[in-house]
Amino acid sequence: MALATVVETWGSAPRPAGSQLVCNAGGDFAGSVSGGCVEVAVIEAAQQVMRTGQTQVLAFGVTDEQAWAVGLACGGRIRVFVEPLE
Amino acid sequence: MRRETLRALQGAQESGRAVALVTPLDGGPQQVLGLADLGQDVSTELAQAVRSALATDRAVLLAEGGVERLVCPRNPPLRLIVVGAVHIAEALCGLAQTLGYAVTVIDPRAGFARAGLFPGVTLLNVWPQEAFETVALDARTAVVLLTHDPKIDDPALRCVLSSDVFYIAALGSTRTQARRLERLAAEGYTSPQLARIHGPAGLAIGARTPAEIALSVLAQMTQRLREPRS
Repeated sequence: MALATVVETWGSAPRPAGSQLVCNAGGDFAGSVSGGCVEVAVIEAAQQVMRTGQTQVLAFGVTDEQAWAVGLACGGRIRVFVEPLE
Repeated sequence: MRRETLRALQGAQESGRAVALVTPLDGGPQQVLGLADLGQDVSTELAQAVRSALATDRAVLLAEGGVERLVCPRNPPLRLIVVGAVHIAEALCGLAQTLGYAVTVIDPRAGFARAGLFPGVTLLNVWPQEAFETVALDARTAVVLLTHDPKIDDPALRCVLSSDVFYIAALGSTRTQARRLERLAAEGYTSPQLARIHGPAGLAIGARTPAEIALSVLAQMTQRLREPRS
């Protein structure tokens, strides 16, 4: 399993720092790091984190290139820490 | 997260201890720190971040020393104490549990506080003044009085007014509330003290049913919690 935690937010982000999402290798998940905007991308990164055992820090926002694919519609920016759960 | 970190968090939760989870963003080892752990081996900045996170119930990001560290508060649940196991209490307890409150219902009257009506709630079949000898009234606690019977509500109010609970509400009409305040004023309670009692309880949203009244009370409670000075 992997645990994702919102580390930092700027502007109007849907979930505050400290919000968490937990997921497993099968893609089942509980909790949230946004209003559903970036969850899929976080769960994808979590799969990699589970495989490698290495933590990651992800950034999402309108200024990010990823924004067009998985950006925050609200115009905010967030950073998310993803860690493997022993 | 290592197994022992998760165990430390679970242990704190089970014993009702407030702790903060400190996570270095470079993937370094995490720490679980309570206020009692903030000794000399913890930097001033980290100790301050832990205190602030626990006091405000908000995560703090520390950039000191190159590696960013996220300090996440793990406070025990907020608590709601309901006096009066009446019909509205059933809806209020259920909704409060959804909002994450640990709920206690106090009612000295035999046959009111029935376990079947209040799943997951601590029921105390005693007088409020007796209950408050063991139930702590702190800044993460809200108290709602639902009996509109002065014999039960007034002794409860005397205990609650001398505490720093974040929300006090008493059910009853504007007239009931006015008489309640007159009785307490006659006992020597001051206007600022009495101003803490929200009555009629809840935000004015035209609530009619027990569930709607519960919603209006919890909306007001949330406002006091999140915007104490509003």
